[in-house]
Amino acid sequence: MNHHYLRRRLVERIMFATTVGATAVTLGVLFFLLGYLAWQGATSLSLDFFIHLPAPVGETGGGMANAIVGSGKLLLIAALIGVPVGFMGGVWLAEYGTGWLAGAVRYAADVLNGVPSIVIGVILYAVLVRPFGHFSTLAGGVALGLMMIPVAVRATEEFLRLVPGSLREAALALGAPKWIVIVRVVIPAGMRGIAAGLILALARVAGETAPLLFTALNNRFWSPGWSQPTASLPVMIFTYAIAPYEDWHRQAWAAGLVLLVLVLGANILARAALSRGGSPAAS
Amino acid sequence: MESTEAHAPMREELRLRFADVVRQRAERPTRVVAPLTAQHAGAPAARRFHYRLADGAFHSLALGFALSVLVITVVIGVVLWRQSAAARAAFGWSFLWTSTWDPVFMHFGALPFMYGTLATAAIALAIAVPLGVGASICLAELLPRHVADWLTFLVELLVAVPSVIYGLVGLFVLVPLMRSVGGPVSELLGFVPFFRGPVYGIGLLTAGVLLAFMTVPFIVAISREVLLAVPQTQRDGALALGATRWETIRHVVLPYARSGILGSVFLALARALGETMAVTMVIGNRPEIAASLFAPAHTMAAVLANEFTEATSDLYLSALIEIALVLFGITIVINAVARLLIAAVKSPHEASAA
Repeated sequence: MNHHYLRRRLVERIMFATTVGATAVTLGVLFFLLGYLAWQGATSLSLDFFIHLPAPVGETGGGMANAIVGSGKLLLIAALIGVPVGFMGGVWLAEYGTGWLAGAVRYAADVLNGVPSIVIGVILYAVLVRPFGHFSTLAGGVALGLMMIPVAVRATEEFLRLVPGSLREAALALGAPKWIVIVRVVIPAGMRGIAAGLILALARVAGETAPLLFTALNNRFWSPGWSQPTASLPVMIFTYAIAPYEDWHRQAWAAGLVLLVLVLGANILARAALSRGGSPAAS
Repeated sequence: MESTEAHAPMREELRLRFADVVRQRAERPTRVVAPLTAQHAGAPAARRFHYRLADGAFHSLALGFALSVLVITVVIGVVLWRQSAAARAAFGWSFLWTSTWDPVFMHFGALPFMYGTLATAAIALAIAVPLGVGASICLAELLPRHVADWLTFLVELLVAVPSVIYGLVGLFVLVPLMRSVGGPVSELLGFVPFFRGPVYGIGLLTAGVLLAFMTVPFIVAISREVLLAVPQTQRDGALALGATRWETIRHVVLPYARSGILGSVFLALARALGETMAVTMVIGNRPEIAASLFAPAHTMAAVLANEFTEATSDLYLSALIEIALVLFGITIVINAVARLLIAAVKSPHEASAA
């Protein structure tokens, strides 16, 4: 009996050690990869990276100023599409959304969320690039905007649902019509969470490469206006990483670090705003 | 429930805002808006009409945006279907099981890409599932709560790392590693077809391993949440019967959480199947079906990324779009299954906790 018990305890020890090992391997490998990126990126980064155009092929040096601006422009278009559609769609789902239609919209958002990003690129190529005959910043931005919608819808709906129903009832009892209740009471109450959710959605698309490959394409120079191909940080990382030049690899590491800091920074800020002193996982 | 505690400060803030609203109304009675109820039927008809109009307008506006989500999703399906019509007409169903991919002679079969996609995803899951489930058990059941919360926070941050960054690190760290480790392995285990052949570093196995590390954070984050949703009474019952903590996890907690964990695996699978950038950077991009795991291969997403802008003829483009259509169909199914599984495990607990 005692012997049997000892064996069971031994099995327990071994299995627990295994799970701790799995955790250590998972976190260890992932942080080794990111640490390596940080090291390579930091040693490759310089002021030139932020203020210069890419150097001509064969020359060393140069930077990715145009890609940083390009990413900014793409994200601006993405936000102009993703934020209103996601936000108002979420408002409708939370405040009016009952019945089969709401179910259909939720399922559509889920499907849209699951569509591989490269397929979004294919769609935008078919709709906004091919008919016009040229790649454009606009097409790339719209692709990112579409990818942002489902995340924004979900976040908005979820945080509006956290606003207690009694608040709505109280405002209605004061004589406010429903839309005033929503705009002046419910939305302001849920705003912090919604804003965090929208930032997370924007951070998600900021690192997307695949939908830009055949919409915004790439550009070694400045891209004036909205109807020309533009460089962006993720596509530059891809292009430079697979190129055969050592100096381009350094630039890719530097761009990788800048992109990672931007994306993770936005994530940490949004989560900090959500939990505000609570545990970080509470969101 | 935990979430109510977490949102306690938010509740307090809501109460304060509510007080503000009441005060505003009281201070400026002229701006109090009249309800559209029978007892206020005395309000001027014009104003009542105005309110009803504004209410209707706002509702329609919100509805319009919500419907646009539906429309966009449907349009994606329709565009893929229509744009791939030429390829579907030319090759029919044989597109899915022929393996010639020849842009010069205009013959297209998607089998090598489907094989590559499924094989890399299978390798990724074979590595990621044991690691992820093990780690989630550790984070949910073993470690003290605040430590586990912080580690989970870090894991969730990893979900947000862009795939091109995984590709970058994979290309410059994992590929050389595979090249140096793969040679000896190939010599040692060369009698197994899986490990035969030259080792380039890039290839099926490299892509699978990289995908494993990209999908593991998904599995950990969701599985842990599911494990935490298993009611404490279940554990207490097993422990009271004399089970060790491991036996409790193995025979009570894991079976209870099974469908939720399976759901997280399906979500990881969906990501692995649709993943483009990281895979295309390390897989070698060669549309061949080879027995060796070290051989270069190709995936559906990768071929889109590589050849889409080079598609010179309409049929070529149409064939590529048909691949996108297949990818779209597969991910819809897998996402639906994943959500059903996660919903199945989560809803009964929320009901019992309330």
